[in-house]
Amino acid sequence: MSVTTITPARTGFSANEYLTCLTGIVWREGLRFLHQRERFVSALVRPLVWLFIFAAGFRQVLGISIIPPYETYIPYEVYIAPGLMAMIQLFNGMQSSLSMVYDREMGNMRTLLVSPLPRWYLLFCKLLAGTAVSVLQVYAFLAVAWFWDITPPTLGYLTVLPALFLSGLMLGALGMLISSGIKQLENFAGVMNFVIFPMFFASSALYPLWRVEEGSPWLATLCEANPFTHAVELIRFALYGKMNWISLAVVGGCTVAFMVGAILAYDPSRGLVRRGPGGEA
Amino acid sequence: MTMPSATIINQGDVAERREAGGVPALAIDGISHSYGTRRALDNVSFDVQPASFTALLGLNGAGKSTLFSLITRLFGVQNGRIGIFGHDIGRAPGEALRLLGVVFQPRTLDLDLSLAQNLLYHAALHGISRREARLRSEELLARIGLADRAGNKVRNLSGGQMRRLEIARALLHRPRLLLLDEATVGLDVKARADIVGHVRQLVTEQGIGVLWATHLFDEITPTDDLVVLHQGRVLAKGSATRVIAETGASDVNAAFARLTMQHSAARSSES
Repeated sequence: MSVTTITPARTGFSANEYLTCLTGIVWREGLRFLHQRERFVSALVRPLVWLFIFAAGFRQVLGISIIPPYETYIPYEVYIAPGLMAMIQLFNGMQSSLSMVYDREMGNMRTLLVSPLPRWYLLFCKLLAGTAVSVLQVYAFLAVAWFWDITPPTLGYLTVLPALFLSGLMLGALGMLISSGIKQLENFAGVMNFVIFPMFFASSALYPLWRVEEGSPWLATLCEANPFTHAVELIRFALYGKMNWISLAVVGGCTVAFMVGAILAYDPSRGLVRRGPGGEA
Repeated sequence: MTMPSATIINQGDVAERREAGGVPALAIDGISHSYGTRRALDNVSFDVQPASFTALLGLNGAGKSTLFSLITRLFGVQNGRIGIFGHDIGRAPGEALRLLGVVFQPRTLDLDLSLAQNLLYHAALHGISRREARLRSEELLARIGLADRAGNKVRNLSGGQMRRLEIARALLHRPRLLLLDEATVGLDVKARADIVGHVRQLVTEQGIGVLWATHLFDEITPTDDLVVLHQGRVLAKGSATRVIAETGASDVNAAFARLTMQHSAARSSES
């Protein structure tokens, strides 16, 4: 016997429903991260290699003068630590986007996108979840770096948190924007080479911009225009309890621009059409 | 574009039901969709009623999955209108999707999460509180006979168990319309029969409207509503019995063969 009861559907969503959705997506991203231990290890090993090997080799070559936010001469390892923190977020942001391309191809994104909540909100939650994972990685890096005499002020561990979230969101949104233009997973590796390495090397992550300017003024201008430079500087200042307002404005502005662009450009049909939705078209 | 002469549209069925029963669970009106210059769906219209089992029959490439992608808002509607219990998927997607449960043809479970974690994640996406989600998950896992494996990773399940879990997941937010796209593909005979039986039970016991996309004739019974989709066009719709009778065939298989043959003949004469 049929027991159909037609009740009017509710319209809109409560704040609680939005929050439940956000925590669910962050929780799932966290679980996936825990299950992918090799991802965590490689995320940690990459900056540590730079710190232990690259920085050790270059500390005798690259002397660092007194530049804000530092109030004294600092070893090279101390200088590049914020750059390596931002590097973790850059790789994580791109990797999250990579997983979105993969999920889109494999169909897992469908589960997310058939949720009744607005699509822009679902994508924002996905970005925030990826950022939360990258922040955990950064703190794990800082914990190991502490034994290498990278010891920012205790309060700096707290004041850097908002900067990490903002820069993580910017880099994640950039990754999502790039992934929106990618039709298939195989194309992503090529794009990574044209994004990650240029962004990282043409920034203040490894050397201060005044040194770059001495060698090549046009490269210094390019570095200045690179949003990643401002992410690095925002983190560097925040780690020492200070604020770089220009970097905050650039990172904040880029975060909004990349996020809006990514949400507008995101097309779930892209991965589906190539092999047809569900295998057919 | 004119319909080929072979098309059998039992418009009376739909009109009578709309007048008698009010809002259909799913209303597809004049949907067309193209991939570039290739037309995947051409003026597709049909209804699915609450508490009914509607089989969407078509070969691979007929446009079934495209239609599912449109109903679930994965693709934007290019032409026509899709309503779920009266909510337009384009204008009020939230209200429409809240009433919809869906099982896609490719597996969309997270293989590295446990059964319970997959269900809890889905519940969160629908804004269902953790406590309520746990209760519903336990109830659904018990109903599909997987309660004792709630903590196991999904990748350790068989194909049939994964499908049952996907159906349970699609029901977690208590939808009133369930879409299943080739849900039995790749399963053995017993698993197929179990899943079809389970879904039919949902129709009779819970009054859920079901749209069941398939290319397998033996999954359709004479009492089902039937929509025959071929090369993006609806060739026939109405009760399976009526479609069989009006084609003069002995069963669904033969009716389908006649319809598609007449359609091909009509198309070649058009060109």
